[in-house]
Amino acid sequence: MNLSQPTVWPDYTMKFLLVEDNEELAHAISTRMQLDGHVIDHAINIADAIAYSEAGEYDLILLDIMLPDGDGRDFLSRHRDGQKDTPVIVLTARSQVSDRISMLDLGADDYVTKPFDHAELQARCRAVLRRRSGTSQTLIKLADVEFDPVAGHLSVAGSTIVLRNRELRLLELLINAPGNIFSKQKLFDRLFSYDDDVSENAIEVYIARLRKHLDKSRLNITTLRGLGYRLDEE
Amino acid sequence: MKSSEVQIAGSLRRRLAVTLIGGMTILTLLLFFVVRNYAAQIAQQSQDSILSASVTSILDAATMRDGEVQIDIPYASFSMLGTNTDDRVFYVIYQDGVALSGYEELSIPKASIDETSVLQSTTFMEVPVRQVTASRVLAGADFRTRITASIAQTQDNLSGTLARISRNAAIFGAGFFSLAVLLSILATSTTIGPLKRLADSIARRGPQDLSPVEKPVPSEMAPLVSSLNHLMHRLDKSMTQSEDFIAEAAHRVRTPIATVRSHAEMTLQRVDKEENRQALRSMIRAIDETSRAAGQLLDHAMIAFRAHQLEFEAVDLVEISREIVLRMTPIAEMKDIELQLSGESSVIVSGDSILIQNAVRNLVDNAFKYSPADSNIEIEVQSRPSPYLKVVDYGPGFLQAEIETLTDRFTRGVNAEGTIGSGLGLTIARDVAAAHNGKLVIENHHSGGACVILYL
Amino acid sequence: MRHLVFIVLCLCPFLASGGPSTNSSLEWEDRKLFGNTSNSQAITVLSSTDTSVFAPIIESFLSDNPELTIEYLVAGSAEVYQRFRQSPSSYDVVISSAMDLQLKLVNDGLAYRINDIQHPDWAQWRQSLFGFTLEPASIVVNKLAFATLPEARSRQAMIELLRTNPDSFRGKIGTYDVRQSGLGYLFATQDSRASETYWRLMEIMGSLETRLYCCSGEMIEDLANGEIVIAYNVLGSYANARTDIADKIDIILPSDFPNTMMRTVLVARKSQQHRSATSFLRYLTSAGWDDSDSDKPSLPSIKDDPIDTQQSIIQLEPGLMIFLDKLKRRTFIKEWESAIIQ
Repeated sequence: MNLSQPTVWPDYTMKFLLVEDNEELAHAISTRMQLDGHVIDHAINIADAIAYSEAGEYDLILLDIMLPDGDGRDFLSRHRDGQKDTPVIVLTARSQVSDRISMLDLGADDYVTKPFDHAELQARCRAVLRRRSGTSQTLIKLADVEFDPVAGHLSVAGSTIVLRNRELRLLELLINAPGNIFSKQKLFDRLFSYDDDVSENAIEVYIARLRKHLDKSRLNITTLRGLGYRLDEE
Repeated sequence: MKSSEVQIAGSLRRRLAVTLIGGMTILTLLLFFVVRNYAAQIAQQSQDSILSASVTSILDAATMRDGEVQIDIPYASFSMLGTNTDDRVFYVIYQDGVALSGYEELSIPKASIDETSVLQSTTFMEVPVRQVTASRVLAGADFRTRITASIAQTQDNLSGTLARISRNAAIFGAGFFSLAVLLSILATSTTIGPLKRLADSIARRGPQDLSPVEKPVPSEMAPLVSSLNHLMHRLDKSMTQSEDFIAEAAHRVRTPIATVRSHAEMTLQRVDKEENRQALRSMIRAIDETSRAAGQLLDHAMIAFRAHQLEFEAVDLVEISREIVLRMTPIAEMKDIELQLSGESSVIVSGDSILIQNAVRNLVDNAFKYSPADSNIEIEVQSRPSPYLKVVDYGPGFLQAEIETLTDRFTRGVNAEGTIGSGLGLTIARDVAAAHNGKLVIENHHSGGACVILYL
Repeated sequence: MRHLVFIVLCLCPFLASGGPSTNSSLEWEDRKLFGNTSNSQAITVLSSTDTSVFAPIIESFLSDNPELTIEYLVAGSAEVYQRFRQSPSSYDVVISSAMDLQLKLVNDGLAYRINDIQHPDWAQWRQSLFGFTLEPASIVVNKLAFATLPEARSRQAMIELLRTNPDSFRGKIGTYDVRQSGLGYLFATQDSRASETYWRLMEIMGSLETRLYCCSGEMIEDLANGEIVIAYNVLGSYANARTDIADKIDIILPSDFPNTMMRTVLVARKSQQHRSATSFLRYLTSAGWDDSDSDKPSLPSIKDDPIDTQQSIIQLEPGLMIFLDKLKRRTFIKEWESAIIQ
C-alpha cells in the first residue's frame, strides 16, 4: 500500500470486517478505511465471512448482499442466530424500497446504498457504534483532554461539551496524528461532501471553533501558512 | 385505470334472456293461436249441432196428409236458436226442389239431396251465416217425396264467444308469458351466477393473490378457469421476474458506479493540483447525480408498478417519519443539519406502507439536498383536518412561478442548480399521494424555505 | 149468418196493396200530423196503436223537441207489417203490437241497430227492437150483462160459463179474426202453445156464433153498447183508455195462463232521419211519458211492474217466427177456422 503519508495507528483503532465480492470496490473501501486509521479484514464470500467472524472479534461488519455463494441476508441471520451482537451495516445495490424492511428485520443495524459517499459510510458507522455505546470503549486521552469520537464528547479541564459533527471529524483527524501537518485541501476533502458548494476556506471556520473549545487545554492548533494546520501539545 | 376498461360486445345474460324470452314469445303466440283455433272450432261445432238439431226437428214434423205436405214446425225449432246476441235466423223448406216455405232466396247446396246434413259458411242478405241443410224422404204407398230443410244463422254470438275466448286466451297467454319471462330471468341468473361468483371472487382478491381458482365450477366454465389459472401462474412468474429484474438492474448499475466513485475519491486524496482536484470533484458529483437519478428512476418504476395493485393496511405516518429521521440523521449530521419531528404521537392512515415510506423519504431527501449547513428540517405529522405530513426546510425555497410546474416529471427548480437530485422526488411523492386519493401541496414557508405537504 | 159476418169483416184490408205505393195514396185508419207543420224535420211513424191512445205520448215528446214534426199513420198490426215491408224507406219509426211480425222485420234486416240504449235484455232484440209497454190479453165483459152471471176468471171458467148459459152468449161473443189481426194471431198462437184449453174454448165459442173483429177498437165499442157481452183476448189497455165506457165494462186477466204483449218499436234502417227517429225511440223506451201525467189514461210502460207479469210476457225470440211460417200458418188457420167457423 503506497500511501502519501505515514499511517498512524491510534489507541482506539477499530476492527472492521468487509464482506464484498467485488475486488475493486473492496480494495477502494479498505484503502479508505485504513486511511482513517482502522483495521479491516476482507472476505469475498459467505464462507470466508463466517470463517473470519468466528476467528476474530470485530467492532463492525460491512456486509454486501449479493454474494457469489449466496445472499448476504443468510449470513446475517446465521450471524444473529449465533448470538453474535457485532453491529452490521449492509452495503446494498438494491432499491431501498424493497429490501430495507427485510434487512432491518433480519438484524442489520443500518445500510448504505451503493454508490456511497465514504463520509456517509463513516457517519453511519459512527452512528451505529454510538447507538451501541455499551460496546464502544474508544476514549482518546491526550495531554489534559479526553475525547470520545463515537459519542462526540470532549472533556477539557473537567467540563464536557458535545461537539458538532464537522468539529468532531476535524478534531478526530488532528488528534489521531498530533504534530502532523494537514493541508487545507485534505481537511476539506474529509469534512465536506462533494456537493457542498463551499470554498476550501470554510475550513477556517471550523478550525476557529475547535480552537475556542480547546482554549483552556494544553492543546493548540497551529496554522502553518501555506502548508496547513497542526495539533500541538504545549 | 385504462387497463380495467373492457371492450364490451353484447351480454351473455341478455343473449340468454333474449333467446329464452324470444322462444317463449313464439311459444306463447303459438299457444294463443292453437287455443283460439281449437275454441273457435268447438264453438262452431256447438252452433252446428244446434242448427242440425233444429233442421232435424223441422224435418221430423213433416207429414203427408191428403197428398199435401204438412209441416207443423215445433216452436222449439227456432226457440232453441236463441242466443245472447239475438242472432238472426233464416230458413227455407223445399219439397223436391220447390220452395214450400221460408226464405226462398236462401239457396241450398246441391249436395244436400242425400240425407246427410251439409254444413257450410256462406252469406245471406249480405251477412255471413252458418247454414245447415238436411233432407228427408217421405214415402207412402203411392207417393215418394223429398223434403229439404235449411237453416242459416248469423254468427254474432260466435264472434262474441270467439272474442271472449281470444281475450281469455290472451290473458292466459300473457300470464304464461310473464311466468315464462320470470323463469327465464331466474334461469339466466342461475346460469350466469357461477360466472358472476367467479368474477367476484377474483375481484375481491388482494393484488398479490395470484393463486389458482380452486372452488369447483360448472364443467362449461372449466376451460375458462383452467386458462385463468394458467394465466395467473404465468403472471405470478413474470411479476416475480420483473421484481427480480429491477433488483438485478440496480445491482448491476450500482456496484460498478460504487467502484468508480471509491476510486475517484481515493485519487482525490492523492492529487494536489487544483485543476485535477476540480475535475475529480466534478466527476464524483456526476457519479452521485447519475446514481441518484438511477435510484429514483428505479423507485419511480417500482411505484408505478405497485400503484396498480395497492395493498392497503393501517400505516403509522409518525412511525414511518421516525424511522426515516433516524436513518437520515447520520447524513444530516455531516452537514450539521438537525431533523426535527413534531406533531401527534401516532397518525394512522390506510395505505401502502412501502409507497408512503418512499414518498416521505423523497421529501426529506429533497429538503436535505436544499438545506444549508447548520439549519433545521422540520417534519410535522398531524391527523386533522385530514392526515398530512409537512416537510419544511430553510433553504432557498421555490420560485413562485415554478410551484405549479414543479411536480411535473423531471421538472427541476432553478434553485436546484448544482444540487444533486432531481424533480423526480416530488413526482414520486405526488404519484403516491394520487394513488391514495390524496394530494401534494407545494408552497414556500414564511421563512423563505420550501414547504411540501403530503395529504393522505 | 156466421158466414155473412165473416165475409163482411173480411173486407177489412189485409194484404191490401199489391204494389209499391206512397203512404199518402194509401187508405189509413187514421192519419195525423203532430207539431209545427212548417218544421223541416219530420218523422213518419207507422203504428198499430190508435191515435187517441198514442197522442198524449207524442205531444209530450214534441214539447221537449219542438223542432220536430211527427206524421202518425195508423193501420192494423198485420197491415203495418205489410206496408212497411213494401216500402221500408217510407217510414222512420214502426210501432206495433204484433211482436212476431216486428221481430221478423228485424230478422230480415229492416231495422236500424242502436247500440247505446240500455234496455233490459228481455225487452229488446238485437238492439233493434224495443218493447216499451206491457199489455196483457184480457177478457172484457159488459158489466150490465154480467150482473146476474158469475165472472169468468179463467179460460176454464169461461168455458163452463158458456156451456151452462149458451143462450145468453149466442152471437154475443167477440174475438179477433186471427186471419186479419196480427195481434189476434199472436195471442191465439201463444194461447195454443200454452194449453189445449184454447182449442176447447174456440170450439165452444165457434158453436155460439162468435163475432170476429179486425181491431180492438170496434170490439170494445160493440161491448160497450151491448152488441156483445164478452170479448176474448182483448187488450185491456185499450179498454182502460176508453174512460167514457169505463163504468160499462170489466177487465179480467185470466188467471190460468195470462199472455202479456210488449208493444215494440223499431227505427227503419233505410230511414233518412235516424237521429230524430232514434230520439223518439229513446223517449218511448225511457218511459218518460208514463209518469208525466197520471190523470190521462195511458199505455202501461214496461217499467210499471214487470215482476208480476214477467212470466207471462211473450218472449222476443226467434221462436216467434215459427207461426209466421207459411205451412205452419196454413195449418193453424185451418184448425182455427174449423174450430170457430162451424
